[in-house]
Amino acid sequence: MVENRPWLTFFSHAVLIAGVVAVAFPLYITFVASTLTLEDIVKVPMPLVPGPHFWENYSQVLTAGSERGAAAPVGRMMFNSLVMALVIAFGKIAISIIASFAIVYFRFPLRNFFFWMIFITLMLPVEVRIIPTFKVASDLGILNSYVGLTLPLIASATATFLFRQFFMTVPDELAEAARVDGASPMRFFVDVLLPLSKTSIAALFVIQFIYGWNQYLWPLLITTDESMYTAVIGIKRMITGGDALTEWHLVMATAILALLPPALVVVLMQKWFVKGLVETEK
Amino acid sequence: MEKRVVFRSAWLPYALVAPQLAITIVFFFWPAFQAAWFSFQLQDAFGLKTEFVGLRNFAELFNDPHYLKSFKITALFSVLVAVIGIAVSLLLATMADRVLRGALAYKTLLIWPYAVAPAVAAVLWAFLFAPSVGIITFALKQIGVEWNYVLQGDQAMALVVIASVWKQISYNFLFFLAWLQSVPKSLIEAAAIDGAGPMRRFWTVVFPLLAPTTFFLLVVNMVYAFFETFGVIDATTQGGPAGATQILVYKVYHDGFKSQDLGGSSAQSVVLMIIVIALTVIQFRFVERKVHY
Amino acid sequence: MAAVSLKDVRKSYTSDLQVIHGVSMEIKDGEFIVILGPSGCGKSTLLRMVAGLETITGGEIVIGGRVVNNLEPKDRDIAMVFQNYALYPHMSVYDNMAYGLRIRGLAKVEIDTRVQKAAEILELKKFLGRKPREMSGGQRQRVAMGRAIVREPQVFLFDEPLSNLDAKLRVQMRGELQALHRRLGTTSLFVTHDQVEAMTLAQRMIVMNAGRAEQIGAPLEVYARPATTFVAGFIGSPPMNLIPKEGRLLGIRPEHLEPCAESEAMLTVAVDLIEPLGADTIVYGHITGDPDGKPDGDGSSARVAARLPANAVAQAGKLALRYDPANVHWYDPQSGKRIEQ
Repeated sequence: MVENRPWLTFFSHAVLIAGVVAVAFPLYITFVASTLTLEDIVKVPMPLVPGPHFWENYSQVLTAGSERGAAAPVGRMMFNSLVMALVIAFGKIAISIIASFAIVYFRFPLRNFFFWMIFITLMLPVEVRIIPTFKVASDLGILNSYVGLTLPLIASATATFLFRQFFMTVPDELAEAARVDGASPMRFFVDVLLPLSKTSIAALFVIQFIYGWNQYLWPLLITTDESMYTAVIGIKRMITGGDALTEWHLVMATAILALLPPALVVVLMQKWFVKGLVETEK
Repeated sequence: MEKRVVFRSAWLPYALVAPQLAITIVFFFWPAFQAAWFSFQLQDAFGLKTEFVGLRNFAELFNDPHYLKSFKITALFSVLVAVIGIAVSLLLATMADRVLRGALAYKTLLIWPYAVAPAVAAVLWAFLFAPSVGIITFALKQIGVEWNYVLQGDQAMALVVIASVWKQISYNFLFFLAWLQSVPKSLIEAAAIDGAGPMRRFWTVVFPLLAPTTFFLLVVNMVYAFFETFGVIDATTQGGPAGATQILVYKVYHDGFKSQDLGGSSAQSVVLMIIVIALTVIQFRFVERKVHY
Repeated sequence: MAAVSLKDVRKSYTSDLQVIHGVSMEIKDGEFIVILGPSGCGKSTLLRMVAGLETITGGEIVIGGRVVNNLEPKDRDIAMVFQNYALYPHMSVYDNMAYGLRIRGLAKVEIDTRVQKAAEILELKKFLGRKPREMSGGQRQRVAMGRAIVREPQVFLFDEPLSNLDAKLRVQMRGELQALHRRLGTTSLFVTHDQVEAMTLAQRMIVMNAGRAEQIGAPLEVYARPATTFVAGFIGSPPMNLIPKEGRLLGIRPEHLEPCAESEAMLTVAVDLIEPLGADTIVYGHITGDPDGKPDGDGSSARVAARLPANAVAQAGKLALRYDPANVHWYDPQSGKRIEQ
């Protein structure tokens, strides 16, 4: 810093610590609740230190689900979430990277038109076309299936933009050298462009994994079969009416399970996460 | 910007864009087109007959006090989420930019809520604020505040705003921090030599440089509050009590799925599309301007 | 190895934007040709047309007896060295050199032999496992050349390969290029904007300006008898003086001017600037009779540079100069063409 002002540094730390505590507080209480019995929780105020029922609650939700709400095991839901997050992340990366490759490295009729078509999808989130999209999925017979959970969410303008932008920074001479070396377009793509795109792919993976894992509205619409629920939907289905009736200890254990994988991805892949977040918005 | 060199092939580029385009057409354009089409139609109660009614669905929509109320609620909700979220994140980012020790630890501890699904974030906060068992409810009672978001509209609004802001802080924080770190140190030093204290430097030097960023985040946060908070509402208040938290997106879902009002819901979809398009255009205007700097 | 011939080669982007206006040249097998010109003259475009990286809109390019106009670069049997080297950043030096051979489906043993041999020639043996970013500019330049050599092509194409190097390295690489050409004897086309490179490397050179070949010839011949005022003004440092005289342009090289007594003066200049370089001294001035540099009756407003021996006494004021009429060139001011005596 420019000058040394101890009180200002102290103040900065105080604000940051307050921020960290405020951000972490709900998570802490959630964790505590997930280690208690329902009796402990409804005895207001609930204890503020973790109780001894961690294994009991977590093994209950993972294998058997809740008793009063949805009875599907959360283990199954986590598996569904994982499939959804991975297929969406890899699917988006795969179809976007080849589309950007075509748009950047080829000249062909309708090229700009296609680019604009992909661009416009930015303006059509699922939320504004709920019913007709549901109808399409229903007509295609992909309700309650992994295809239905993932395929409609795989088109991505942001990923296409990111790759396009990255490809534009790859020196022209590299493609020329490859042409002189005799590489076909696909060979250049696989041997040169893909290895160079590694960090962009990693960054996008983090963002899209979280996007896929955290989907709410779409799985809510097209999954009616409990065995196809994702973890995020499962939580909502466990909350049954009045808060006194909800099995909060199980809901909270499920919440921890549902937020753990994406949170781990963010914290462990922080570098790529930040890069992905900042660059997809440029 | 264009590449100087290109490959030549009559079919390859089409094959490469085909998967993306196929999904785009089937799941984006066709439904959007249908939404527009349905919005001009009226279906009878049994779904047997449809009738072209022109703009009648829209006319009814804008004469419907519930819809207009939902509009106002959405405006209030998104402004609260955007402004509070940006203010808190800016404060935290400015402080994080100041401290040398522990900066990475603070960053790590502040960014993880981004990974939490809006619906899960809402459940976390709903538990804290639960009318009978919530620990914050209990604390509020000790200081004489009666808290029951299930019955009190403004309290329900407060809950969904808090949950939505909590989830979004990490996003704003990262952007502000990235931009703050890109402000040239020499500029700050020049201001310090000119005799400006830390507060003054922030408002006269740093903040003006951040203003375009802040505007950009404002738009992004509005979009977030408009569309991505569906999970927050559905997992907690479900639009209640008495429509106090029924934002537009939730109403489209409610009217279309729960009430089966196809025409009305589609007309609402069209209105929402127009709003997203407007917001996206504003956002891209900004991006374009930034590129020209 | 092969001869290359350019037959009225043309390139236009649109009907009214033509960048190459018909260049013709026969390049003999094994010849080292330099294409020289200022930036934007079309020299790189011409080279890239030979490489197959730019389409040819008129004329013919023939390599080794084959018209290659519509062939892909890989089918033209050429190798190219790029200005920024264009090494694949994620591949080792070995893989960079081997890549083109692998695509061609050569046997592993054959690839290894060729790469090792090229590494030997270019003294890259101990760098084969490195990535390009771990190497200096000069080393990367060698790798780029190695990538061309291993292919054993009929023609080497060099697109300003030395311009990213510092001055000292450039001199060294120039020597190595010459040695390499002597050793391999491969037909080479070399693009540069640096006349020293052109003079030292070329067996013959093409001087280009605005999409036209102004002159084609051996370096000393081009220097001795510039075909146009453009060539006269582009080659030589300082370039040839062009002095309007009797409706024509008199061309005289700075080194062909010598100081003399005022009575024998063929030119008298008012000195503007003196640059003592050690070996010689360059004097810049303008023709007198015209102290403001405004045209007098003869239209002679010309600036004049003279390269004088280091011991010549040069000082501000007037300088009397004379020259041997045998060293004079004449040009037509309208067309810029040389007028043969």
